[in-house]
Amino acid sequence: MNLAQKLAAVSVPLIGVGAVLLAWSLSSRTWSKSLPSPSRTWEMSRPYVAQPLEKRGEMDQGVLRFAWYSLVLVAKGYALALAVGTPLGFLLGLSPFFNRSFDPIIQVLRPVSPLAWLPLGLVLFENSKPAALFTIAICAMWPTVLNTAVGVRAIPQDYLNVARVLKLSPPKRLFKILIPATLPYMFTGFRLSLGIAWLVIVAVEMLTGAPGIGGFLWQEYNSLIYEHIILCILTIGLVGFVLDKMMGLVESRFKVA
Amino acid sequence: MPFLEIDGVSKGFPAAGGHTEVLRQLSLGIEKGEFVAIVGYSGSGKTTLISLIAGLLAPDKGEVRLEGRALSGPGPDRGVVFQNYSLLPWMTVYENVLLAVDQVFPEWSKEQRREHAERYIALVNLTRARNQRPRELSGGMRQRVAVARALAMDPAVLLLDEPLSALDALTRATLQGEIERIWAANKKTVVMITNDVDEGILLADRIVPLSAGPGATFGPAVTVDIERPRDRKALNHDPRFKNLRGEVIDYLLGPGARKKGAARPRSAGEVAAPLEVGT
Repeated sequence: MNLAQKLAAVSVPLIGVGAVLLAWSLSSRTWSKSLPSPSRTWEMSRPYVAQPLEKRGEMDQGVLRFAWYSLVLVAKGYALALAVGTPLGFLLGLSPFFNRSFDPIIQVLRPVSPLAWLPLGLVLFENSKPAALFTIAICAMWPTVLNTAVGVRAIPQDYLNVARVLKLSPPKRLFKILIPATLPYMFTGFRLSLGIAWLVIVAVEMLTGAPGIGGFLWQEYNSLIYEHIILCILTIGLVGFVLDKMMGLVESRFKVA
Repeated sequence: MPFLEIDGVSKGFPAAGGHTEVLRQLSLGIEKGEFVAIVGYSGSGKTTLISLIAGLLAPDKGEVRLEGRALSGPGPDRGVVFQNYSLLPWMTVYENVLLAVDQVFPEWSKEQRREHAERYIALVNLTRARNQRPRELSGGMRQRVAVARALAMDPAVLLLDEPLSALDALTRATLQGEIERIWAANKKTVVMITNDVDEGILLADRIVPLSAGPGATFGPAVTVDIERPRDRKALNHDPRFKNLRGEVIDYLLGPGARKKGAARPRSAGEVAAPLEVGT
């Protein structure tokens, strides 16, 4: 890559950023007077960005600190989603009977919004913390379930024949053949699930008032500090982007020929 | 009583508009230590036949017997080298072979099993590629791993399903030599499926032609009475070689060819193409 190409690689995406900033700036000047301008947003956000780990009070902390709280909650819910979703995916993939019995109900539950699951979680667990985990897990697990099931069904007959000729025991068959052969699909599911888990966290924090990036967003809306809403949106987006990139790297390591 | 016996075996599959019989009333006895080549057209059911002997498929009629016992499923007493090698891509050469060894000799010590796996990797000249994964290997090397894995199970019968068909001519010739060397050293009973008549004559004690499908049947077996080791170059000028080749090809292009107006229409060129006659 020569210098001109390098320059283009950096500058071309900036066109998009510039266009969004312009639209934002114009909007705040013309039809939406309460939308803070980009410069004002930066002004108000600076203490939160400049000292991202600062803790001034329960609901007044640096953005990374809030993001960290959210990430911890997401990690727990996500772990639960994988722990339930992966075996479920294997069952669906291995047993046509199981698939026929559960696929319809899964297709019905899959599109349900986190906002709908959370109240049910609160009813079930009578406490916001387990309800939050329940909501993250049940929303995030579907891509893992479905991709694992597809991966299991896509295992080449050759590999299964090897297992049959060698008379592998069921556990050996699972760990030596089925799981390694399904891993690439599983990781695609894991990556999509993580994206959903991160989407869900904001909604969950808003409704439960838990400290975190989503809780902060909702509180600042209620306090009429609109600049911080935009700060939170950008933080959520950036964190989500980084998470997806990281999972993408892990995923590509498991792509076998 | 033959060592391996295919007795009145028929096998069909559900097809559009009913049932297609792929193999019809096949019977063949194979002696212990014998090398038999089954030569036939592509699509005549050769892989179905090897799957039946391997026990991966059950016959509709008849049975396959090994040492007088009817086979009811797959097992490590019949080592299979599949057409596409079927190596596990997430395992190294060594791990692929060791998986088979661990499975067949669980009573051995870890050290014994390691040595055994290493010995068969050395037998196919792959010690240097021991820690590589299949995708890093050439087709010929993968093929040798598959052979090493099958042999390491110390099977009573070695089943080779067009083991060399995916390889270029030079690699193919090299591996033919290797298969003969390994066979001579181990004295295994070998059933090899091939679409190459010359390959059959070069390697086998006996050639059994399989007619075109559907409803493929065995033609008259041809005994290869050429002393070993057989020299590929000398063979080309050997009148016995020419006679044998003529016999097999006459059957395959004559009585063994597809009946006119058979179920699956194909041009004459397509039917003839999979048979490799020339050298």
